[in-house]
Amino acid sequence: MPEPVRRIVGKAAPLEVDDVDTDQIIPAQFLKVLSRKGLGKYLFYRWRFDEEGRPREGFVLDRKEFRDAVILVAGRNFGIGSSRENAVWALMDFGIRCVIASSFGDIFYGNSVKNGLLCVRLEEEIVRRLRGEAAKGGLTLEIDVDAETIKLPGGGIINFKLEPNVKRRLLEGLDEIEVTLREYGEKIRAYEDRMERYKMPRKSGLPLE
Amino acid sequence: MAKTVLEKIWDDHVLAVRGEDEYLLYVDRHLTHEVTSPIAFESLRTAGRRVRRPDLTFALMDHNVPTADRALPVRDEYSREQMRALARNAREFSITLFDYFSPWQGIVHVVGPELGLTVPGITLVCGDSHTSTHGAVGALAFGIGTSEGEHVFATQTIWMRKPKQMEVILEGSFKNHTTAKDAILYVIRELGTGGMIGHVAEFRGEAVKKMSVEERMTICNMAIEGGARTAIVEPDGKVYSYLEGTPYAPSGEDWEEAKRYWETLKTDNGARFDKSYRINVSGLEPQITWGTNPAMCIGVSETVPEPREFEDPAKRRMVERALDYMGLEPGQRIEGTPIDAVFIGSCTNARLSDLVMVARLVKGRKVAPGVRAMIVPGSMLVKRRAERMGLHKIFLEAGFEWRNSGCSMCIAMNEDRLGPGERGVLTSNRNFENRAGPGSRVHLSSPLTAAASALEGKIADPRRYSLASVDELELEWASPWIERNVLNPLRGG
Repeated sequence: MPEPVRRIVGKAAPLEVDDVDTDQIIPAQFLKVLSRKGLGKYLFYRWRFDEEGRPREGFVLDRKEFRDAVILVAGRNFGIGSSRENAVWALMDFGIRCVIASSFGDIFYGNSVKNGLLCVRLEEEIVRRLRGEAAKGGLTLEIDVDAETIKLPGGGIINFKLEPNVKRRLLEGLDEIEVTLREYGEKIRAYEDRMERYKMPRKSGLPLE
Repeated sequence: MAKTVLEKIWDDHVLAVRGEDEYLLYVDRHLTHEVTSPIAFESLRTAGRRVRRPDLTFALMDHNVPTADRALPVRDEYSREQMRALARNAREFSITLFDYFSPWQGIVHVVGPELGLTVPGITLVCGDSHTSTHGAVGALAFGIGTSEGEHVFATQTIWMRKPKQMEVILEGSFKNHTTAKDAILYVIRELGTGGMIGHVAEFRGEAVKKMSVEERMTICNMAIEGGARTAIVEPDGKVYSYLEGTPYAPSGEDWEEAKRYWETLKTDNGARFDKSYRINVSGLEPQITWGTNPAMCIGVSETVPEPREFEDPAKRRMVERALDYMGLEPGQRIEGTPIDAVFIGSCTNARLSDLVMVARLVKGRKVAPGVRAMIVPGSMLVKRRAERMGLHKIFLEAGFEWRNSGCSMCIAMNEDRLGPGERGVLTSNRNFENRAGPGSRVHLSSPLTAAASALEGKIADPRRYSLASVDELELEWASPWIERNVLNPLRGG
């Protein structure tokens, strides 16, 4: 169950790549796990380590000035591709609490909400400007989820928009299953009572050739 | 009010609305596999919860299973652990499992429709993005994450915003060795990897009507690479024919009742879409990707882009980076590029009709020396059917490896992978950096283009090869199902 997310304050790191797919965020070999924990070391693995597992120089999150970043300012279409939730777990385990981009892959976005990773959509031009600022190092942002604002060091404010349900989930950190069963249990049962037989898989089927 | 097929299925499954735009949908079918499920099961166990409807839930092993001889041990200990965990979880939560040794094992998106687990008008989810494939039989199918999967296990429901809708109209008819795969690659090339984000793609038009059900699965499968939330095609008589007599589809009176319901699942005249895109497929040539996402794609006779053609510096850098990763020169012709491997497989293109197409091109011909060419059937049922038909003899004589079913080189979680710097033509759906193994260079294409490339040891234009007719394949056997759903469509019927 995710912790409530109300305020995120910290350093922003720039990731100047569009179309970052979840294969890049965490390669398939690190999906062979039975736990959510400890995936941060595999984050952006192929960009940070060579084929023999030796560190590559210069990846932004490994540079001294960005090692403690909690906000990632990316580009267009962040998190497209595979549905692997490991991408979100790896980002969070690494210490990232918020990703800013001009658009996100749909499944990645949904997975983020479930885990309390804040995804902020902003106009492409604003994202580019923030990324430019972040690249200089030392850009600290203050994000208020309830107010839907990002406060810049100079006092400037950028507004963003969250869908009401996303905002509620982030602020409350709910156990969704509990809520669904408690508040909607009767509706679920009512559907099950009227569910047509032809929508159900038959138990005994014909053998196939 | 005029409705789309998506809206009809959606409205039939909405249990509640919360806030402005959040809907609780009942899930009629939940398919699950060994890689994205163990953590969901573990969380259920920790919370003392059960699977609400094990009778609507089916598990199988596909992502990391070896495709070599099933009698051999699974060498990779992590894969073995995940396979064991799924078996344990299926037993504990009373879920039907098609395991490594099951005759019905295969890739989840091939197995669902082939066993009749997927039928029109149902909602279906699976912890895999390519779940959009099931839209080809008229199901509303969503790829979901692990936490959502846990919610479905426990409640048999999912919370979702209502997606926007986009109609993708394919007009005309395919010519000259151009296939459904080429059409969807072209659509993604035109719209970009984010072109359909937030939308469900409904494929419509003359060319879609004419497609076999398996071809429709290819286009629905890859809609996700254009960012679509999922894809759907109106079910028709071809879908009924595909599902009739399968082990889990309704039968007897239920079948008749089901068909009456399915007949209502049409997009009404005047139904509204948020976006529309239209192409004529008649003039298309075979497509192949040159870069590191599926939108980086060109016709097989074209040249790869030159970075200096792009004014936007970010775009230019992306093209430079992709060319560098792929080991290609700016502006070079793609055809004739030497390759190391060919992979015919995956949930995109490893069904029986895909294999028959490959056989039509390679019969009596030979794979070029030095090329590793493998065929990984989409399911063990596809494999057995192909063997009874005698297709495997055509492949083995041509020099292909003939393997067991699994996701294989498409995700490279088992031993089937490309080495660093190796170049392959794959019939799968993703060409991301390192997708088929660290340093791998993947070109996506249709089965015909992949087969032609295997014969030449270079990226090749399939149009230079005559295709044997279905009858010239001299098949040893075909069931009525195969005649109806696979061979007749290829005969132009």
